[in-house]
Amino acid sequence: MPQINLKVNGKEEQRTVPDNTLLVDFLRETLGLTGTHVGCDTSQCGACVVHVDGVSVKSCTMLAAQADGCDVTTIEGIGTSDNLHPMQEAFHEHHGLQCGFCTPGMVMSAIEFVSKNKNPSEAEIRDALEGNICRCTGYHNIVKAVQSAAQKMGG
Amino acid sequence: MPEGISNEGIGASVRRKEDKKFLTGKGRYTDDISRPGQLHAYFIRSDVAHANINSIDTSAAAKADGVVAIYTGDDVAADGIGGPICGWVVPNRDGTSTHEPPHPILAQGKVRYVGDHVVAIVAETLEQAKSAAELVKISYEELAPVVDLAAASSGAQIHDGMAENRYFDWELGDEAGTEAALNAAARVIKLTVRNNRLIPNAMEPRAAVAEYDDISETYTLYTTSQNPHLTRLVIGAFMLNIPESKLHVVAPDVGGGFGSKIYVYPEEAVCTWVCKKLGRPVKWTADRTQSFLSDAHGRDHINNVQLALDENNRITGLRVDTLANLGGYLSAFAVVTPTYLHGTLLSGCYDIPVIYTNVKGMATTTAPVDAYRGAGRPEATYLLERTMDAAAHEIGMDPAEFRRLNFIPKDAFPYQTAVALQYDTGDYEAPLDRALEMIDYKNFEARRVEAAKRGKYRGIGLSSYIEACGIAPSAVVGALGGRVGLYESAVVRVDPTGTVNVFTGTHSHGQGHVTTFAQIVADKLGIPIGNVEIIHGDTDRIPFGMGSYGSRSLAVGGAAISKAVDKVIEKGKIIAAHLLEASEADMEFRDGKFTVAGTDNEKSFGEIALAAYVPHNYPMDRLEPGLEETAFYDPLNFTYPAGTHVAEVEIDPATGVVEVVDWACCDDFGNLVNPMIVEGQVHGGIAQGIGQALLENAHYDEHGQLLTASYMDYCMPRADNLPSFKVDYTVTPCTHNDLGVKGCGEAGAIASPPALINAVINALSPLGVTDMSMPATPEKVWRAINDAQASAAE
Repeated sequence: MPQINLKVNGKEEQRTVPDNTLLVDFLRETLGLTGTHVGCDTSQCGACVVHVDGVSVKSCTMLAAQADGCDVTTIEGIGTSDNLHPMQEAFHEHHGLQCGFCTPGMVMSAIEFVSKNKNPSEAEIRDALEGNICRCTGYHNIVKAVQSAAQKMGG
Repeated sequence: MPEGISNEGIGASVRRKEDKKFLTGKGRYTDDISRPGQLHAYFIRSDVAHANINSIDTSAAAKADGVVAIYTGDDVAADGIGGPICGWVVPNRDGTSTHEPPHPILAQGKVRYVGDHVVAIVAETLEQAKSAAELVKISYEELAPVVDLAAASSGAQIHDGMAENRYFDWELGDEAGTEAALNAAARVIKLTVRNNRLIPNAMEPRAAVAEYDDISETYTLYTTSQNPHLTRLVIGAFMLNIPESKLHVVAPDVGGGFGSKIYVYPEEAVCTWVCKKLGRPVKWTADRTQSFLSDAHGRDHINNVQLALDENNRITGLRVDTLANLGGYLSAFAVVTPTYLHGTLLSGCYDIPVIYTNVKGMATTTAPVDAYRGAGRPEATYLLERTMDAAAHEIGMDPAEFRRLNFIPKDAFPYQTAVALQYDTGDYEAPLDRALEMIDYKNFEARRVEAAKRGKYRGIGLSSYIEACGIAPSAVVGALGGRVGLYESAVVRVDPTGTVNVFTGTHSHGQGHVTTFAQIVADKLGIPIGNVEIIHGDTDRIPFGMGSYGSRSLAVGGAAISKAVDKVIEKGKIIAAHLLEASEADMEFRDGKFTVAGTDNEKSFGEIALAAYVPHNYPMDRLEPGLEETAFYDPLNFTYPAGTHVAEVEIDPATGVVEVVDWACCDDFGNLVNPMIVEGQVHGGIAQGIGQALLENAHYDEHGQLLTASYMDYCMPRADNLPSFKVDYTVTPCTHNDLGVKGCGEAGAIASPPALINAVINALSPLGVTDMSMPATPEKVWRAINDAQASAAE
């Protein structure tokens, strides 16, 4: 079993993990960071998106061992209830969530997307969220939220 | 309403109180819960559709690393553990009742669909349980699968003693009268439609964690449920045969339900059963493929429709013969969905003098089918609204005008339909007019011409729907075969400082009850919304209630809360009258104050709450201390939301891809408590309906293998498949609940599939295309275009 050293939400972690442990299971079960969710077996739904070295990654497609030496950010590292990230604030303001299960992954994908595209069109947002499935909102308000956050974060 | 809180009450788009925990990853879903020392369960599921089980050899698996126990159907039978029950039965045409075969939690002697639960392995880790599963040898004697619904009656017998694989053969309405109307008609429109089979796909897979406390002799089950009390009742009383009070069910944050989490499933019952035997907590979480295989599926009807018209294009009668696929076992509400939730909606928004329907509920070797968002009403609306368009097309009339001609007029309410329901109120022209205006219906032809210049086929389609929501009343439900009462309950507990805790029997799994219900209470009591806490989902805390489905939470549960608040106010008036030395008859309550009419003598709500808990000066001869009231609300009727949805599409003939370019809808949900949340419900419903119409399909091959058992194969609507939606409302308040509310959760899923298919057919109608089955996939649409062009060339 390899020992891995990584930073998760700014905190250094040194753990020994089985070779076949997925990053998502490591985050949820070893570190207790249950905000990252598992919605499918095939890396299709995006509920498990986290940032690895600033890049959106479906954490069910990556082994924990592969994150050795990386800087991982999960939803728990984004904002707090007293100090929401502008993207979280925009989801709240525009009712971009209902059951909340897809929300962490959706927020993580959206943050990385708007960091690269400060003024996205509706079509670009829809295209960017293609890897995240939401069953509740019909995406309408998620798109509005991402557009609004992009303006705030870009400005 | 005191200054500063008027933007929080009924009618305000208050931002959701529950959002922050979800946005910050602090939601607590069932799989997020782990108990010390827990074991993990894994289920070996049948990989064949229909077979006798010759033998199960678990000896090698039992010795595998980490394995603690292995259970089969024999163990279930030996312990006398019951199976999931059917919650509603119907009479057959011959007077007998629904055939209810046993449904064991682990298969006994036979498997009846791919995914049927056969063996439960419990191990220290999930990996160990899965590895051990590889060592279990199951010998099957395969039997013929029964997959084709149209031919199910002549297939291999699935259940002993059940003729022609038919669970029931039910009818409603006037058969002779309908036949007479069809015979006398100037024109009869005939249509066969297939309502495709769907898989609910709540994003959170089902999960359960069960533990047993041998001191209190009490089980606790954390589970993904839309109605924890029903789960407790069924697992406690019907499956484990224990005192119901010894089972505590918690449905914590639940990541979507859409109907699929109403029912009790074998896995959560197995976890509860074996946690006591093993003396350790037992956890199970479905992976997505397990969800595809064994969550109850939705829809799956074949409907044969005959619509009679007179020479003035008025509808004179309707006959609908339906085959409903209910799968290998009867799920809890499998029977009511295609019967009373379907047959009674066949009048739609239309004045139809005579209707007859026959529904045959069929067994096939596929996963059980049960209620899914809309439950019966989408199926009724689909067949009716497709028929309305087919009729309009055949008589050469504008589809909107044909509907208008046949609407129940707004001065005809209450309106008794030919299929048992009495609509209390409605105005169907108003939302039709508004929706047509929103999509600029009258200028559509110009847009069609413009699209044609770009090489695209453009089409527009509409559907006008009605639904029966707020499921209840109990007396009616009981008379129709329901085995539960369908009221709702609430406890409103006022604290000494005037803050309020509301305990509700409904369950929130995304609908925003914590906000909406608090708005009702805050509005009625004149207190800030932040002073109201809503508690749901835990049988140790909430009163007995029936959970959330069928858009019942607000119309029934919200009305129960409103009633309980009224009782609080009534008691408060007596306390206030005593304190103010006034007559009770003179007490008024407004804006958070109890006032003696015509004076400025008043006591605030907080003062009265304190007096109730510190009863130093209190009418003890008449009242008990405390300020806490309970209400059970059983409505007099369903509520009847209605409206019109209009879809506009463009089709690329080169690829067959249907792009939804515009969507407008106008719904009448009665009064709106939180318009922002209502709009979100509409959006989500439309998306699921567009999914059904264009993308989603549960596809079994001829062997009964589910070919669409992952997101690689089952096409879910994604952000780039959908447009933004134009949403508006008209209001005719419900006449029989205090809030005047009707229900909004299912409307989008009910209205949108026929609107969209009508738009697709409209787009292709210049080619002579008159029919299109769901889902209208690119391949199917491309083929229709090419076939039409080929026959035109001949």
